[in-house]
Amino acid sequence: MARCGGGAVSTSPAPASVYRVKEGLGLWEHRGKVAAVGIGHSPTFRRWDGTPENSVGGISLEALRRAIDDAGVNPADVDGLVMDPSTTTGAFWPRGKPLPWDSINAYNRTDDPLDGITGLSADWILANSAELTGIEFTSYGVGCMSNAICVAAQAIGDGRAHTCLVLKSWHNLEGRYYQGGANAGNAIPGSSAIRSLWGTPACFGTAVQFAEYCRKYGKTHDMMAPFIENSRQNGLKFPEGYWAQHRPEEITPEDYEAARWIAKPANLFDNDLPIMVSAAYLFTTADRARHLKQQPVYILNHATSRTRPRSLTPTLDEVEADTARTARKIYEGAGITANDLSFENMYDGFALFHQFHIEGLGYRGLKFGEALDFYQTDISISGPNPVSPSGGNIGCGRSRFWMHTDCIQQIQQRAGARQVTGVKPEIAVSGGPMPVGGNYMVWSATPGS
Amino acid sequence: MQCVAVDPITVVAFNASFRLEDNGEGMKQGVDPDDLTRPFWEAANLDRLVIQNCTRCDRLQHPPARTCHQCGSDGALAWKEMSGRGRIYNYGVVHDCPIRLLQEDQPFNVAVIMLNDDPGIQMYSHLPGTPVDDIPIGADVEVVFEATANGQKVPEWRVVAGER
Ligand SMILES: [Zn+2]
Repeated sequence: MARCGGGAVSTSPAPASVYRVKEGLGLWEHRGKVAAVGIGHSPTFRRWDGTPENSVGGISLEALRRAIDDAGVNPADVDGLVMDPSTTTGAFWPRGKPLPWDSINAYNRTDDPLDGITGLSADWILANSAELTGIEFTSYGVGCMSNAICVAAQAIGDGRAHTCLVLKSWHNLEGRYYQGGANAGNAIPGSSAIRSLWGTPACFGTAVQFAEYCRKYGKTHDMMAPFIENSRQNGLKFPEGYWAQHRPEEITPEDYEAARWIAKPANLFDNDLPIMVSAAYLFTTADRARHLKQQPVYILNHATSRTRPRSLTPTLDEVEADTARTARKIYEGAGITANDLSFENMYDGFALFHQFHIEGLGYRGLKFGEALDFYQTDISISGPNPVSPSGGNIGCGRSRFWMHTDCIQQIQQRAGARQVTGVKPEIAVSGGPMPVGGNYMVWSATPGS
Repeated sequence: MQCVAVDPITVVAFNASFRLEDNGEGMKQGVDPDDLTRPFWEAANLDRLVIQNCTRCDRLQHPPARTCHQCGSDGALAWKEMSGRGRIYNYGVVHDCPIRLLQEDQPFNVAVIMLNDDPGIQMYSHLPGTPVDDIPIGADVEVVFEATANGQKVPEWRVVAGER
């Protein structure tokens, strides 16, 4: 926890009790008492170029410094750091490949030479952030930025930190995704064989759920095209995103329908692109936030699903039961209803499950089976029913945090060309990743009444 | 990347077995049974399908785990033989497979099978004998046992005749 001597800290994953998993917990006890006041993003890259400054450690330091600058706080006043120590997009340092000592030695290293290259400890961050002299609280929110947000929001509410950095970073290395290691071998361990022998790519479970969704409700894959087109359009208006920075390419419905299959009915554009990127937020108490540079964006609730599917992959019935349950938890803790949502930024990486999230939420009154018809209406940032104004992973590359950044920026009225104009941005929801198993938060322009 | 030395004898067995199979389906990776799953694999080698069952809850679970997901017991888990009958829930067609051994057989079916003994329990299947992307959703299937690259057998599923 506290920094000792030469900068070493002992940081543990947050205990399970931090997460609000159950229904019936009532209003979140810290509703409106924690606020986001700063955002920092690193540049994006498709893969690591081997330079120290673009290593996952290097880009994390950049994101942290930008978040502190954006909030206008003195780095010495930051007393908390919550982050995810895992940074992999699926890429690991190849066994036997020489270590990148030039990059490792460009920073103060920890016991693990790949710390800052293919993983990231709080130790490493603090050893390379001389300006962060006041850190008293560190914790890991393992998994995604969504986890780290839950942990940081709860820590501030509980009084364990008052000004807390929240960090999530991703590394990506050369080589094709998940093609090496055990997947290239002639035999695999029995436990993994039960699931892996059939050669299913990561999107397979979602593809089957989507196939069942189409069968049950009489929908077709091409009905996803407006969602994909809208997501990329929004993403190209997100200057922090990969596609805006490197490949400003729209996706037309024709592009979408012509794309190659990965696991039919999931095609290339239904999958997100692994990239390198880091983002940091600065959270503080509502009381302190009112005196800082940026308009505070208050957190009304965080909620978590830890539902375990019964068997290999969740059925559509299991998905729908859990998204509905998650929505009840989200609304209960925040003291809101679906009618209060100005817009939604639920997760989309895979695109084919975004509709599960928003149907569970009952966004704009949607019921199960209705979202693909809804996608045929105006879901743009200028209409009354914005869908994924961040552009999400489809519009910006895989980070699982564009949705959170966008909620904060929209409510602060500083989303630039992406700013929603058909609704007044007052209350928004974001989170993921999976429809069964994820972490969600409600953001608000006011602390609530 | 992990470098895997391929035993020439295995390659011969692989090719022979693949020709014998002749079902348009590639050879699956071999399996090295581990402590948790050994009874499942040993049963498969005897053409029997067993699934982990909590005798306290009378509840099946798959994949196998160290404890019952319902009651948490680690002492009440046993292996229960299944009827070997199931139903096709739905499926995907894999065009971009991460497993090297299966890549030359792309595209191929992967169906989700629900067991008749308990539809909550799923197994994956390449549905040998069923054309690619032409799968009778909801059809009855029965288990068969197929050799993998190292000879270990694995449960597979075939559509029951008359269902198509
Ligand atoms: Zn039990």
